[in-house]
Amino acid sequence: MAMSDDGWEGSQDEHVGFETDAEHILEVRDLHVEFPTDYGLVSAVNGLSYTLDRYETLAILGESGSGKSVSALAVMGIIEKPGRVPKGEVLLHGVDLLKMPERKLRDVRGERIAMIFQDALTALNPVYSVGWQIAEMYRKHRGVGKKEAFDRAADLMDRVRIPNARNRVHDYPHQFSGGMRQRVMIAMALSLDPDVLIADEPTTALDVTVQAQIMKLLLDLQAETGMGLILITHDLGVVAEVCNNVHVMYAGRVMERAPIHELYARPAHPYTLGLMHSIPRADRKGQPLDPIPGQPPDLAHIPSGCEFHPRCRFRRDVCSVDPPPLYDVGAQRQSACHFWEEVLSVGQRPAQR
Amino acid sequence: MSDPGTGVVQQGTGSEASAGAATGGADVGLPGREASLWSDAWRQLRRNPLFVVSALIIIVFAVMAAYPQVFTSFYPGTADPKSCSLSNTVGRPSASAWFGYDVQGCDYYANVIYGARVSMIIGLATAVFSGMIAIVLGSLAGYYGGMLDTIISRITDIFFAIPTILGAIVILNAIGERGLFQVTLVLVTLGWMTMLRLMRSSTIERRDADFVDAARALGANTPRVIARHILPNALAPVIVYGTIFIGVAISVEASLSFLGAGLQLPAISWGLMINGSFTRILQAPHLLFFPGLFLSVLVLAFIVLGDALRDALDPRLR
Amino acid sequence: MGRYAARRLLQLIPVFFGATFLLFAMVYLIPGDPVAALFGERRVSENTLNELRDQYNLDDPFLVQYGKYMGFIPDGDEGLSGVFQGDFGEDFRGREVTAIVGQRFPPTLRLAIGAVVVQTVIGILAGIVAAIRRNSFWDSLVLVSTTLVVAVPLFVSASVAQLVFGLRLGWFPIAGLRNGAMSYALPTIMLASISLAYTARLTRTSMVENGRADYVRTARAKGLHTPRVIGRHVLRNSLIPVITFLGVELGTLLGGAIITETIFNIPGIGRAVFEAVNQREGAVVVGVVTMLVVVYMLANLIIDLLYGVLDPRIRYE
Repeated sequence: MAMSDDGWEGSQDEHVGFETDAEHILEVRDLHVEFPTDYGLVSAVNGLSYTLDRYETLAILGESGSGKSVSALAVMGIIEKPGRVPKGEVLLHGVDLLKMPERKLRDVRGERIAMIFQDALTALNPVYSVGWQIAEMYRKHRGVGKKEAFDRAADLMDRVRIPNARNRVHDYPHQFSGGMRQRVMIAMALSLDPDVLIADEPTTALDVTVQAQIMKLLLDLQAETGMGLILITHDLGVVAEVCNNVHVMYAGRVMERAPIHELYARPAHPYTLGLMHSIPRADRKGQPLDPIPGQPPDLAHIPSGCEFHPRCRFRRDVCSVDPPPLYDVGAQRQSACHFWEEVLSVGQRPAQR
Repeated sequence: MSDPGTGVVQQGTGSEASAGAATGGADVGLPGREASLWSDAWRQLRRNPLFVVSALIIIVFAVMAAYPQVFTSFYPGTADPKSCSLSNTVGRPSASAWFGYDVQGCDYYANVIYGARVSMIIGLATAVFSGMIAIVLGSLAGYYGGMLDTIISRITDIFFAIPTILGAIVILNAIGERGLFQVTLVLVTLGWMTMLRLMRSSTIERRDADFVDAARALGANTPRVIARHILPNALAPVIVYGTIFIGVAISVEASLSFLGAGLQLPAISWGLMINGSFTRILQAPHLLFFPGLFLSVLVLAFIVLGDALRDALDPRLR
Repeated sequence: MGRYAARRLLQLIPVFFGATFLLFAMVYLIPGDPVAALFGERRVSENTLNELRDQYNLDDPFLVQYGKYMGFIPDGDEGLSGVFQGDFGEDFRGREVTAIVGQRFPPTLRLAIGAVVVQTVIGILAGIVAAIRRNSFWDSLVLVSTTLVVAVPLFVSASVAQLVFGLRLGWFPIAGLRNGAMSYALPTIMLASISLAYTARLTRTSMVENGRADYVRTARAKGLHTPRVIGRHVLRNSLIPVITFLGVELGTLLGGAIITETIFNIPGIGRAVFEAVNQREGAVVVGVVTMLVVVYMLANLIIDLLYGVLDPRIRYE
């Protein structure tokens, strides 16, 4: 990798062959990820597809074990052996990242597509200062000198609203609070102005108030830069605030895809319906909680037919045999359920004003 | 976990964490399995060939130590290590004397076999008594902290500052008598520190764990909390090290005997035998080889056993 | 960082006094009269014995003996003449302990420095290679050889090495210091061997563990290439326990020195102490061991400081 002081921002896109007029900045098609283990072949992701445009925020919603985080790692190309991606395409500006040789992919990672993780304390290296870790992006990707890289890091820390940034550049991760650490991660991810930012449960480890601040920061930054944001979470509340479109994942596949308000108002899949009903609600105080019966499936032994059928109250015989494809439910809406119409009619909720 | 009122999708069971680690960080859903640390460890150990082999070796040596006659009964040569005849001095190994003869003309095979007793006894006794001191004081220091911890830790530091072999030489010389008891006593005095530190740090780790608070919230009192919740898991690293420590103790005893600072003749110790081999080392390497081999194999067995235990008891490696 | 260093220094003081006191006790609280024992079977006048006893304060209460020895309590007409004044006493033949140490220390120092260098450099390199090429031939080789080295007691392996490489094959000098620098070669290797094995395994384990850390995933997500991820991110975190271990190992080094010097007949300080113990030269034993304890504590202090440099979390406790 040649490094020159003038950087190679301009030349890099041609070098990789990005089509800057591709329809979406990111398009994932039929992604599969599997892990051979002692317990059997674990199929973590089983045919995930989505698209992402500029200024768009996409939510991937699911429980632990739904495959949502694994899919993100696959998009970034950092699935650890023995995991592998047997099928699928990840098109960044029209170029399939899965087919790209690792050397070129390294240039893309961090530059064009970046990721932040859940627990900033363990995700940051404890023995280097935060400034050093942010500056590393400039130094290694752009060949910037140490002093200037640190200056830019300080600027970036300002931008993500870390108070007293200039004086804290040389501080270590453990000296920051959770929220501040997460901002450092965001700064690190945004340093090279990527087109796509994947946020894997960015606020799960944080207090509610801090959660709101971080989400607001992400949105503001998105408005400034135009980047596409993929938010991976299990928290319906967070999703409600920030997203345009939601993909609900279960057992490695998308069960339902919808714009956020439609999803809440009228779920078209039994799983989503179950999720909505399992939330404790203030206006239903004193009534028993209504969780989804059963457990998420063992990904080494995914149920036949529809993955959700063992826990589904709408199931019929066909459900255990025939895996439902994503039926078109409406504008921008899809549901992987044979009986989505039934679900829709049941799930009508009174409008909340 | 967010507070109620915001929607939270149900999280999976705790086994995900370990399953996740096994699959390289994937958030995989595996069904929860009922398992305790020790029963899981035992299951894994049984299938580990290294564990089985080293355990067998140790059992063989234990038998050798307790009933040396078992190994001399089928032996064609002289079964009595003390029955020596100078005419046989430094004899080579042969069909009637498998390990040859030493400088006095004593049958070397018999001597090597009988030498196991001293090593096993000292090794096990040292580990057991050091362990007892370490576990009691270490758990107290770790659990209560404060002044008690400070005092115990300072004392540990003081003893740590004294190099083992040197300290042993000094003390043994001072005491004068160098029997099994004295040597064991000295080794215990100089060897408890590492296990104490291990016990202390794992007690601290466990004490601060959430599940201890949970137990207390349910009304468990202090001794119960220590015994039932903290000890079982905190003991694991100490047991692992303790096993290896047996090997170390055996090695140190042999070293002391070799230097002439430990057991004296007419005691039968591999270290003494190796010491005695030096004068004739070129003509009779068998004098060095056989006790050296037995000594090394026994120490090796304990170390490998300890390693296997560690792998089985460390939940992170699963 | 300064506060951390000061704190460590402060902690060392009680340890220093505790250890020297303990040693003093071990040597002098023994039953039996060292002065009489010195002369063995020979007849000596009571006067001579009394003079010697007086000179060594052997009739004083034990605590007073310790106080005079350390230099807190004046010793007759000599005034304050103890450790803190640089006076470690004399042996029964009148030689100053400090002189004895000065004479015998250099060979041991050479051995020790050589051993530390060998063990650290080769140990860490071997550990890194084993960690990078996990489950390969190299890894297995490192694991097996280190296990064997650790298991075989030093005096056995050193004796065998002397027999095979010195006597039989003639690659190395057998004993003594007549062959200049080469005389140190085999003893240094043997002295380093066990610590080297531990260092290699510890480095390997540490690197493998740290290789699974979350920040490694982050580093990859940043698009850094593997040598940098390992060399910069993993390595520094991995070396922390290794450095700590080196501090602990220094004590073992001394015990190993005694054995090595005995087998290879090197006139070093380890051998000197051993001889002094056998000859019941209390002053020499206590003096030398006290000095060694001080060296050990200083070395540990340095290690602790190094630890503070490597791991910023410690600095701000």
